[in-house]
Amino acid sequence: MNLTLRIWRQRSPQDKGRMVTYQVSDVSPDMSFLEMLDVLNERLILEGEEPVAFDHDCREGICGMCSMVINGRPHGPQKLTTTCQLHMRHFKDGDTIDIEPWRARAFPVIKDLVVNRSAFDKIIQAGGYISAPTGSAPDAHSTPVPKPDADAAFEAAECIACGACVAACPNGSGMLFTAAKITHLGLLPQGQPERETRVLDMVAAHDDAGFGGCTNIGECTASCPKGIPLTTIGRLNGDFIKAARKRS
Amino acid sequence: MHWTNQSPIRTVGQMATATAPRVKAPMLRTTVGLKVFMAVTGILLVLFLIAHMLGNLKIFVGPTAFNHYAHWLRAIGTPLLPNTWYLWIQRTVLTVAVIGHIWSAAVLARRARAARPVRYAHRQPVQGSYAGRTMRWGGVIILLFVIYHILDLTTGNLNPVGDKQHPYANVVADFAPHRWYVTIWYVLAILAIGFHLRHGIFSALRTLGQQSQQWQRRSRAFALGFAIVLCAGYLSVPFAVLTGLVR
Repeated sequence: MNLTLRIWRQRSPQDKGRMVTYQVSDVSPDMSFLEMLDVLNERLILEGEEPVAFDHDCREGICGMCSMVINGRPHGPQKLTTTCQLHMRHFKDGDTIDIEPWRARAFPVIKDLVVNRSAFDKIIQAGGYISAPTGSAPDAHSTPVPKPDADAAFEAAECIACGACVAACPNGSGMLFTAAKITHLGLLPQGQPERETRVLDMVAAHDDAGFGGCTNIGECTASCPKGIPLTTIGRLNGDFIKAARKRS
Repeated sequence: MHWTNQSPIRTVGQMATATAPRVKAPMLRTTVGLKVFMAVTGILLVLFLIAHMLGNLKIFVGPTAFNHYAHWLRAIGTPLLPNTWYLWIQRTVLTVAVIGHIWSAAVLARRARAARPVRYAHRQPVQGSYAGRTMRWGGVIILLFVIYHILDLTTGNLNPVGDKQHPYANVVADFAPHRWYVTIWYVLAILAIGFHLRHGIFSALRTLGQQSQQWQRRSRAFALGFAIVLCAGYLSVPFAVLTGLVR
């Protein structure tokens, strides 16, 4: 396959940045998207150019590091697929592919396609934890959890914090990420003690980081590689209203 | 390749070592608080839309019934309240709701704009519904229409008859066939309200805590059905005048 890539190049956070066009030839359809970029980078290094910086780690779809908007869609055209698990067979020979970083005020570009996602860490710091006694692991059946709750909590816990929801949201909102954590922890008995402070603190941290608000459009859940459902945001809202009424 | 070392932004080693500082905005100023406020004011306005539509349908009963209904609106609450007092209370509540609805929408729209300072060079169309994408500009169209509508059929300034004693005649004159542009404007505005409600009602329910998959489907269907019924109810009046059913 021969492809034309238009990639966002930005030297530093202060640099203005621009789209730069590259030709890549002899791409195997069995390559992953990141392997295709590796091929480009090897060539760039040989030519003495700066390689394209992009985030990646596990390359098996669970770490949440890879983060690029491919042809206007976070993680590219395949549903429920991270960029590293996206294969070149989903593109056609001769395609032009636009590659951009996540775009959000809360995710400033560090270099090229790498953005700083510490805003998510701030949200987690604000309430994404439980107070549990440390020590040896308790018996699995010591705290019973209803099966539907466990399933729903696990579904939300699948979130890998990649930030695709923010990248996809027309409002640059981090609500799906925040709601996934609220749902995951709030459904389990271990998450009850902090349930009310958690939602208020995490929403406050979300807003402080410069994310926008949710308009329930659902772009986030459509782009989420883990399929976190939009209903989690309803749960966050419900918890928020309950907690806010108690506090005021 | 050691560009991360030169970067002033260090993320490693900062994770979850301390809780974030707790300087909090008032609940209402949070994005969720603003949304809840928008949902509540929106529901108030929807309740008014239902009552208004039912009142409009009185036109099919006849001029006497319609005019009598219009005069009764001024007398609601009497003799407990002096004449027109209830009307003014309702107008005040609705105006506050409209202003609050627009205020929260404007604050959130500004935040959303600020949240993405650099736009995408290539952006797929939003996958959400047309209704969802047009909430903000649709809202502006609805506001302009409401202003026109009050000047037309409440104060009568823009109405060809403008007789406060005979609202039936005002309506019939308003949608006369030669004033087709008024009818088109009215139809477009009602459709804008329909689209606004199709997403708005679902969104309001979600904002107020609707969180199950089953009820998500139901609330989407309800919002769509409600928007269609409301549009049909409102549009029946100008079309009845246009076709001579109401004269």
